[in-house]
Amino acid sequence: MTDLTALTIAEARDQLKAKAITATELTGAYLQAIENANEALNAYIVTTPEKALEMAKASDARLAAGNGGALEGIPLGIKDLFGTEGVHTQAASHILDGFKPHYESTVTANLWADGAVMLGKLNMDEFAMGSSNESSYYGPVKNPWRAKGSNVDLVPGGSSGGSAAAVAARLCAGATATDTGGSIRQPAAFTGTVGIKPTYGRCSRWGIVAFASSLDQAGPIARDVRDAAILLRSMASVDAKDTTSVDIAVPDYEAVIGKPLAGIKIGIPKEYRVDGMPEEIEKLWQQGISWLKDAGATIVDISLPHTKYALPAYYIVAPAEASSNLARYDGVRYGLRVPGKDIVDMYENTRAKGFGEEVKRRIMIGTYVLSAGYYDAYYLQAQKVRTLIKKDFEDAFHAGVDAILTPATPSAAFGIADQEMNSDPVKMYLNDIFTVTVNMAGLPGIAVPAGLDSRGLPLGLQLIGRPFDEETLFQTAYVIEQAAGKFNAPKWW
Amino acid sequence: MSVDTATVKRVANLARIAVTEDDVSRMTGQLNAILGFVEQLNEVNVEGVEPMTSVTPMAMKKRQDVVTDGDKVADIVANAPTTEENFFVVPKVVE
Repeated sequence: MTDLTALTIAEARDQLKAKAITATELTGAYLQAIENANEALNAYIVTTPEKALEMAKASDARLAAGNGGALEGIPLGIKDLFGTEGVHTQAASHILDGFKPHYESTVTANLWADGAVMLGKLNMDEFAMGSSNESSYYGPVKNPWRAKGSNVDLVPGGSSGGSAAAVAARLCAGATATDTGGSIRQPAAFTGTVGIKPTYGRCSRWGIVAFASSLDQAGPIARDVRDAAILLRSMASVDAKDTTSVDIAVPDYEAVIGKPLAGIKIGIPKEYRVDGMPEEIEKLWQQGISWLKDAGATIVDISLPHTKYALPAYYIVAPAEASSNLARYDGVRYGLRVPGKDIVDMYENTRAKGFGEEVKRRIMIGTYVLSAGYYDAYYLQAQKVRTLIKKDFEDAFHAGVDAILTPATPSAAFGIADQEMNSDPVKMYLNDIFTVTVNMAGLPGIAVPAGLDSRGLPLGLQLIGRPFDEETLFQTAYVIEQAAGKFNAPKWW
Repeated sequence: MSVDTATVKRVANLARIAVTEDDVSRMTGQLNAILGFVEQLNEVNVEGVEPMTSVTPMAMKKRQDVVTDGDKVADIVANAPTTEENFFVVPKVVE
């Protein structure tokens, strides 16, 4: 029998519909794959096999009756940031110890309404703060990819490291993820998978643990561009429960796949050619340019002059919002409580024990930049710079550019417990240098695998689009995927 | 701008995070590295630039001022570390 976990979502969907396979068989195959691999990869924090098989059974009944939904019987992994009713939801943090919500996030509810099956909750950086998945209370996730001839463990990127690793290792057909500064696109690039952060307001944030509310967006990580399009269509919705959800109907993203690029104008921003960028990344970028040109796109050089200020502005805005959002974890209403001699002592002990190092660091920065006397110098300045960053993109789009092509990350995956990265927080933050601009401007961005480096590790390209024009991103990313091919991690786990 | 250990202690207190002397000296170095990195924002000429308040050009949606939810006390206290008769229990605040 063929390995059912090798099927893409599109393939599985067709076979389920044709009754060549059942949702129960498909779900069973994934549960077995997780059992075999998770000890090595640590991608899942918890699995929900009983719930999965129950949902699969219901899917089989609907498929038999001929009324299956868009994702009927498709087994998915869910990032631990999404509230899932009665199931572990801790944002990979100790402070939410034992938390099981009595509600379901809008995004996951949309997926279940379309017939998807939940396999379990995926590991991530604590509160989605990180670029390596090493800040998780549940330990680091290992990247299914290793350099050729090496047995050194690499990070899968972050914060959606569990989502990316599970998709790359075929421990789910697709996964939910979130992206505040690059947390979908950077791990996708590190694992040879496709990840899209949609426009701010496209997916409801309701029921997702908040990190930085003006930047957070949910999106899928998938094995290929078509699967990402299928997943995003189900995840996205207009939701009255999220005041920033935008009233625009969700299009059929899959319909644009395979559409020719003639008439599409692609901008190449010179500011993304940064000092110390490996030659391989530059080569990959040039390769991407020529693929798109060959496919009929027009290539134009553009300038986004405030690019270099996006990351420093982000490290004011995101921690400021985080320090406010994370104030709710006080040992009173949910999660961990560490006793103290009075109530303030209890708060301080609970938060000292419950939050990890990176989370504390960001709360401290956020508290400082918002504190009396510093607000104007830091926060207000950063929000003004953010206006300029957005204007750069608006100018490019106004000049007729349909999408912007950049590298996804400044390097391939690095080692777990990398000395240099871990001793200098700023060095770790630089991982998001190409992705963070997109969050600051609220735009959609997709990372698509485009090649392997000389060590055999995946590298990705990023496409940035106009607000609510995810369709052009899927259309263009598919052209890159067709030219580059797909990349699978050789199995060692 | 940079922070000293006294400032770090004050910020930790504002953030309600207990810190040891070791934490303070480590955090002081790390926070200064980050503050040094963000310093470059001062180069940007922001004269006449409005601070961003929303990335999407939209007015915040407002719902009808009606009760749409409620009667779920048990759900609300279900995840609390200590409860008593549908109340959250905290250490004594008033003597």
